[in-house]
Amino acid sequence: MRKPLKCPLVLKNIIDKIRSVFKIIFSFIWKILKKVLIVIRPSLIAIAVGLLIGLIIMLIFNPYDAFPALMTLILGGFNGGLKGIGETLELAAPIMLTGLAVAFAFKTGLFNIGASGQMMMGAYVAIHVGVRWTLPSGLHWIVALLLGMTAGAVWGLVPGILKALRNVNEVVSSIMMNYIAGYLLIFLIQRNVFLELEARSRYVQSTAVLPSLQSVFPGSSANIGILITMVVIIIAHIIIHKTTLGFSLRAAGFSFDGSKYAGMNTKLNIVIAMTLSGMFAGLAGAISFLVRGKAINTAFVIFSQGFDGISVALLGLGEPIGALIAGLFLANLRMGGFYMQLYSYVPQIIDIIVAVIIYATAISIAIQALLKHYGERLGVFYRNRIRDPLRVFYKKRIRDPFSQCIKKRREKKLSKKEAKS
Amino acid sequence: MNYKVEMNDITKKFGSLVANDQVTLKVKPGEIHALLGENGAGKSTLMSILFGLYIAEKGEILIDGKKVSIQNPNDANLLGIGMVHQHFKLVETFTVLDNIILGVEETSKGLINYDHAVEKLTLLIKTYHLNVDLNAFIKDITVGQQQRVEILKMLYRDSDIMIFDEPTAVLTPQEIIELIHIMQNFAKEGKTIIVITHKLNEIKAVADRCTVLRRGKCIGTVNVKDVTIEQLAEMMVGREVSFSVDKPEIQAGSTLFTIDHLTVKGRGRHAVTNLSLQVNSNEIVGIAGIDGNGQTELIHAITGLLPIESGKVTLNNIDITRMPIRQKYEKGMSHIPEDRQKHGIILDFDLQSNLVLQNYYQPHFQKMRFLKFKNIQKYAEELIERFDIRSERGSKTSVRQMSGGNQQKAILGREISRNHNVLIAVQPTRGLDVGAIEYIHQRLIEERNSGRGVLLVSLEIEEIMNLSDRILVMYEGEIVGELDPKKTNINELGLYMSGAKRGTTHA
Repeated sequence: MRKPLKCPLVLKNIIDKIRSVFKIIFSFIWKILKKVLIVIRPSLIAIAVGLLIGLIIMLIFNPYDAFPALMTLILGGFNGGLKGIGETLELAAPIMLTGLAVAFAFKTGLFNIGASGQMMMGAYVAIHVGVRWTLPSGLHWIVALLLGMTAGAVWGLVPGILKALRNVNEVVSSIMMNYIAGYLLIFLIQRNVFLELEARSRYVQSTAVLPSLQSVFPGSSANIGILITMVVIIIAHIIIHKTTLGFSLRAAGFSFDGSKYAGMNTKLNIVIAMTLSGMFAGLAGAISFLVRGKAINTAFVIFSQGFDGISVALLGLGEPIGALIAGLFLANLRMGGFYMQLYSYVPQIIDIIVAVIIYATAISIAIQALLKHYGERLGVFYRNRIRDPLRVFYKKRIRDPFSQCIKKRREKKLSKKEAKS
Repeated sequence: MNYKVEMNDITKKFGSLVANDQVTLKVKPGEIHALLGENGAGKSTLMSILFGLYIAEKGEILIDGKKVSIQNPNDANLLGIGMVHQHFKLVETFTVLDNIILGVEETSKGLINYDHAVEKLTLLIKTYHLNVDLNAFIKDITVGQQQRVEILKMLYRDSDIMIFDEPTAVLTPQEIIELIHIMQNFAKEGKTIIVITHKLNEIKAVADRCTVLRRGKCIGTVNVKDVTIEQLAEMMVGREVSFSVDKPEIQAGSTLFTIDHLTVKGRGRHAVTNLSLQVNSNEIVGIAGIDGNGQTELIHAITGLLPIESGKVTLNNIDITRMPIRQKYEKGMSHIPEDRQKHGIILDFDLQSNLVLQNYYQPHFQKMRFLKFKNIQKYAEELIERFDIRSERGSKTSVRQMSGGNQQKAILGREISRNHNVLIAVQPTRGLDVGAIEYIHQRLIEERNSGRGVLLVSLEIEEIMNLSDRILVMYEGEIVGELDPKKTNINELGLYMSGAKRGTTHA
């Protein structure tokens, strides 16, 4: 039999100390994790529900491939190694930005559903500058980006002003601005930057193409757009949480009346929030089209990234940083959908799954409340375990039209009950 | 002894908050039973359990000695329990008749048959002297009449257990007397009445027995005849309470704040017409009136929340009529708003942000438009200390989690600490417990003593009588009388408030 190992006292002390230090560190990490978990729980529930329903759909269409396909879906861009990751990042940048645009407006209590239109205007102006202007190579894409942002800002400004001055609902006006942008886009492209043979806009000049990140992600078309996006999101986060402007915007978002009472300029706040929101969406447009070999077709379409932005903002809990993470997640899912085509699934399934996730996010808070509510009632019911004949009677009564003789019936029932007992 | 209603060991929790902790309530048939307690003591929760709005975690309810389970208000109705809520549950655009039969309509061939209902209601109105026009619309009748409609609703459903939640809060003194008569009539008929209230005088006037709750616990049940008001108050608060406000005599000084021929538009009509008043330094001017006579619109207009139709408002001889709200604050106005959760605070902000809500942009709190969180926190902690604002996590607590009294203390502290000459306080003690009320009254008197002017709007007549140096009575958007609190009494004030009497003196 082996004797238990005896170690010298000094060593024991040291081990104890290390242990206690580890304990403190772990409890600290655990505390933070717990906090984070509570905050992101709705998003996690949403994702879980979405993936589960997606799995069910896959099982229905092709049970054999469902589980490997689900893994592919979750892995997303990682399936393709560095190239895949690069592609994911390229896909993520615009939806992160439109997500930011929507989240930023959310923070101020506004619902910017017009991120698509703002993005389209940003895209057009960026292409226009990229195609028709001649500028030195370092400067060209920067100017195109900035002017694209400005165009988006102007497109956001209009609903903002309408809301501030005439209290026009920003949802209605910004969604109408989407249509204006959609047709204006076709008109402007055909007039200014048209390539008639292929019914699309011309490609931007090589000086206007965003610097590529091919050295990091070989084989992909990743560019510095993702870096710009991240910087912009961090700036937006700082504006919202650290500045006086952000203070008044958040105040208006939480309580419009409260911010008015506090003497904040509510009208100006609305305009500023919508303009900045439009600016972010405009940047999304510019980033996604200042790319080699990308052009806009002259068929009427409203960019779907604007609507993806709503999902990203919801999934990101209305926070800029949340939009960053949710945008990456969504882009990764999309890439996963692309790789899933290896199996016998149509890419539409991925759209269904994404839609389910978004739907679940929107109602996840309601689901939580429902669970809690019914949990409570159920608990009370089981604790009391009263079988009440009155309740059965009440259920029956619903079918009858309500009538005058409630009292009579009540007496009748009660007397019956008495007779029984 | 048989009890009509027995609630034994009721326990109800909301999260970590225990609203009712093993509360026992026993009500005899045919008595008027008062349920007394401060705000947050759990009176409304207990009655909501009886009425089926909440379900208790523990405990049992017995009606007529039989154990019942009340899962929702329909169950309660079936057991003959009726309730008049503090805020009436009436459809504004329906007639009185429609409102009464709503939910128990009698139909023939799919159409509503009114005949029986009208017959029964006319009889009820006659027997109990509940005069209301069945065909009038709810939006056109007075609050007192609306309350009668609620009472008729209970009678129509043959309730014999009637719960009144703070029934006198919206009534004039004369209407209160009428209501007391009605309740006594019901009791004579053998109906059981439970009244939730924190007004001690009314308990003394109307109730037979009284159960006192404090912080969710049942303190005891007493015969009202055997105890004094002071004893009741002590049971309610847990310590002795002083009812008199210590107010030294001070001569009012120069004019600080004037309103000149002010007209404000309310919902489609003039809510305030041609109103003038002034507030001097060292003075509390009280505006009395029944809810809905233009007080809200008046205050909103002068503080900038509503546009002014015509007239002029000056502060320190500066015309502030059309100034933006922020500038009004900078010129020396402080405002404790009527609806503290809608205007006064931002519920989802933490306490420190709420304490700098109006001056976050000042150089002390920001540098280059970046907030100086350290200074904000320091300032907030000063105020928390000075005004005894209690919260779980100090300056970082989300205001939503704070009690109403502490929310109000935060607003009061913020408004008093800002540089100001005039304090406009609208219902500063609404929904607060006796201790907090005492505290806020003292602070308002201090304001007056330190040379500032206070414009106090309140629906509580006692508050107006105790604090004011001058009382202005508002009726239908006009000031109908100026009274001296030392020379008038509640009865006279009530006559002015109901529009029955008009003074010739105008401020």
